[in-house]
Amino acid sequence: MSTDLTRLTAAELSERLASREVSAVEATTAHLDRITAVDGPVHAFLHVSADQALATAADVDARRSAGAPVHPLAGVPIAVKDVVVTRGLPTTAGSAILRDWVPPYDATLVQKIKSAGLPILGKTNMDEFAMGSSTEHSAYGNTHNPWDLDRIPGGSGGGSAAAVAAYEAPLAIGTDTGGSIRQPAAVTGTVGVKPTYGSVSRYGLIALASSLDQAGPVTRTVLDAALLHQLIAGHDPLDSTSLPDEVPDYVAAARAGASGDLRGVRVGVIRELQGDGYQPGVLARFNESLDLLREAGAEIVEVSCPHFQYALAAYYLILPAEASSNLAKFDGMRFGLRVEPDHGPATAERVMAATRGAGFGDEVKRRIILGTYALSAGYYDAYYGSAQKVRTLIQRDFTAAFEQADVLVSPTAPTTAFRLGEKLDDPLAMYLNDVATIPANLAGVPGMSLPSGLSDDGLPVGFQVLAPAREDARLYRVGGALEALLEQSWEGPLLSRAPELEEAR
Amino acid sequence: MTTSVDLVDYDEAVSRYDPVFGIEVHVELGTRTKMFDGAEQSFGAEPNTQITPVSLGLPGALPAVNGTAVEYAIRIGLALNCSIAERCRFARKNYFYPDVPKNFQTSQYDEPIAYDGWVDVDLEDGTTFRVQIERAHMEEDAGKNTHVGGEGGRIHGATYSLVDYNRAGVPLVEIVTRPIEGAGARAPEVARAYVQTLRDLFRTLGVSEARMERGNVRADVNLSLRTSPDAPLGTRTETKNVNSFRAVERAVRYEVTRQAAVLDAGETVVQETRHWHEDTGITTPGRVKSDAEDYRYFPEPDLVPIAPDPAWVEEIRAALPELPAARRRRLQGEWGYADAEMRDVVNAGAVELIEATVAAGASPAAARKWWMGELARTAKQQEIELADLPITPAQIGALQQLVDAGRINDKLARQVLEGVLAGEGEPEQVLVARGLEVVSDDGPLLAAIDDALAAQPDVAEKIRGGNLGPVGAIIGAVMKATRGQADAARVRELVLERVQG
Repeated sequence: MSTDLTRLTAAELSERLASREVSAVEATTAHLDRITAVDGPVHAFLHVSADQALATAADVDARRSAGAPVHPLAGVPIAVKDVVVTRGLPTTAGSAILRDWVPPYDATLVQKIKSAGLPILGKTNMDEFAMGSSTEHSAYGNTHNPWDLDRIPGGSGGGSAAAVAAYEAPLAIGTDTGGSIRQPAAVTGTVGVKPTYGSVSRYGLIALASSLDQAGPVTRTVLDAALLHQLIAGHDPLDSTSLPDEVPDYVAAARAGASGDLRGVRVGVIRELQGDGYQPGVLARFNESLDLLREAGAEIVEVSCPHFQYALAAYYLILPAEASSNLAKFDGMRFGLRVEPDHGPATAERVMAATRGAGFGDEVKRRIILGTYALSAGYYDAYYGSAQKVRTLIQRDFTAAFEQADVLVSPTAPTTAFRLGEKLDDPLAMYLNDVATIPANLAGVPGMSLPSGLSDDGLPVGFQVLAPAREDARLYRVGGALEALLEQSWEGPLLSRAPELEEAR
Repeated sequence: MTTSVDLVDYDEAVSRYDPVFGIEVHVELGTRTKMFDGAEQSFGAEPNTQITPVSLGLPGALPAVNGTAVEYAIRIGLALNCSIAERCRFARKNYFYPDVPKNFQTSQYDEPIAYDGWVDVDLEDGTTFRVQIERAHMEEDAGKNTHVGGEGGRIHGATYSLVDYNRAGVPLVEIVTRPIEGAGARAPEVARAYVQTLRDLFRTLGVSEARMERGNVRADVNLSLRTSPDAPLGTRTETKNVNSFRAVERAVRYEVTRQAAVLDAGETVVQETRHWHEDTGITTPGRVKSDAEDYRYFPEPDLVPIAPDPAWVEEIRAALPELPAARRRRLQGEWGYADAEMRDVVNAGAVELIEATVAAGASPAAARKWWMGELARTAKQQEIELADLPITPAQIGALQQLVDAGRINDKLARQVLEGVLAGEGEPEQVLVARGLEVVSDDGPLLAAIDDALAAQPDVAEKIRGGNLGPVGAIIGAVMKATRGQADAARVRELVLERVQG
């Protein structure tokens, strides 16, 4: 076999599978081999499910041989963030409190993946309960950025982004509460999409902040993201916040965008998401991308979202408040870790306290305490209540901005990947990484990050596109166009410039 | 903790203090599945068999609202003359306890589905007391803990506890009254009648089997005393889990006498929850309000707001069944009972029994005569409810038809009734088996009459002489000879024919 199957995009692999030039077992084996070869130093995976992935692949091959109709992505391997429950596969959410927990059911999106016949390669590393921007808060060790193993892969979904960037999987599932899909995509030179809130069912996502969480695709190309989004989207009666809408044709939008024609599209540059705190190399790549969009016929306008400056503060009240309640169920009573107190009686209350004390990491405890405080009697109005009002103001900022522009754009993150350990002791500095991604979660609007080049330090920079709620297709059209223009200028995908990882034997 | 056991005499207490109380009633809805979950719910299933990831609060599971439960809640709200919210939300009530799988209960906080209503409660003397309803809201039940190894199933001293999550997530509606004022000495009776009224309402609405003994309906009673109806409200206590009509009445009465004693002693009533003890009929202190938990309520982000379409609410209103009070008024008219008669029937819990008996062919008067007479006496003797007697309205109807057809007289009918109650079968079977049918053939009667006349020649002589006074003696002898199975009127006719003709 001349081609390295792991270098193919999901769309390319899908075509070769359909033409039966390649079998699903071959494709899956190639990726499992790649995981074996590079995941030691990268550590994107917490659990690799080789047998089950190969069984799924064999089943897909058999169905194809029998001439049975299969999903276009059948046989294309996928990695799933460990915050998504998978029947029979360990699911830890990066936390010691769920060590060895094997869920008895599948998340709705996992059911869709399984029924479409995508072999699940394994579960990817993440910050504990998706709290973090570096994956350093995992209870199971750091994930390393394939561009520079001394650097963070972003977070919380650093495992999914690193897996895709290191060619361990063509597709991965991420979840995004404040940027956990988009920021890792930015710092690993990959594509990540946070769909409109409610586009993808949350049933089976271990909740961080229910009103902010959304699962989405993590891929190397815009078209692949559209293909995966198309598969996992749709109404789910088990998630009452899921949208009842018909799923739009994201794939068609991505293909249309790839023609590079953006005439008539108004692109709004958010004034508040640039300037101070943004690295010069990040801003330089951002402005070059704006030039390309303009050349493609787009009209570039500047918009102002004055309340975005309060987004981070509001987010760090709403998220901890919801998380403090969502994480209450981890108490050692029904599943997961159970720790009995060192001395004294093992009453339920004391077992709960001992379990939570031993099972949760510092960042999780920090946010539970913040959230518990914010919801306390006498403080609710000042904290949670005010934060919800800010949220409304941010939604209004978006509404006003989308009257002037079809999509809004900004750098995805203010900096490129920082070094492991660099911000671990400074939670506020860590939180600032999400300043550009958080507003979309607060408003429920969709956002995409795609690579826009390398900064002065040789590390990838992300370009963020935001669209109005339910208009995710615009992300694929604009993202698809920009990707095509950039790759034209680079003469190939950005990831091809990443250093080759040393393969273990 | 002060436990003043000296109580003030009840009459004494209410002569000096004005009781104000409020009741929270929880009713489990009889929906097929749970409030937020596809798990089935039915009474008596094996522990932890009616569960899903949602019931267990497994990571990743999400709630989805049961539409039927919402409809039932609206029915209850409408029947209690409440306004129905055009839009309302669920809220999380956060507290750690192993029977609450998520460590929060999904409830409604400041946005109940129904609010501002009232219900009229009929008292035993036929007067009506209007109770104002503050709100009715939806929530989910908790699981059930069983503490093993301690004394009497209590958690204190237990070595371990078992949790059954079958009940976790069962839909509940909680109905909260406004402070009930003006009941005075009748507070215990009003409290009892209120809970009874709600129970009847739940059954009529078809929203719950409302079986008190299964915990389908549970009440918490708040009560405070003040020196006069013009004085500000006193400090209240909340007595939890008062789960029978009688217990509601007793708990109110007990708290009145206890709080009066505390106030008489110059002390202050402690704001606290109290436990009701069915065996001893007293309440004991529970949690003091000052260490009450902060539930950190906030709107449930996993559920979208409930916005019942006003047209749907009107459909539900139009389809409401006839409510118990209206039905009682209608039936009284149809049956032609006097007010006092109807009141006795209601108080005896005999409305449904009489209605069914009338449907089985008895006249309303006859039905009332049976249920309020012979059967009421039997039930009282056996200390059971009328409805629990081993006899059905259909059987009473059949019995009365035997009387109406002249096949038995009243005296024989009572014997047949006795046989049915003793489990000897249907009235017809008892009648045949016991050989109780009225002797309608004149032959045997004439023979008995001739015997009686021959045995009492002096009486026969008087009758022939036109003195009808002693006829009864002959009739009595004939009845005795026929073991009561003769129709007395027919015997009289025959005696007169025999003597005079």
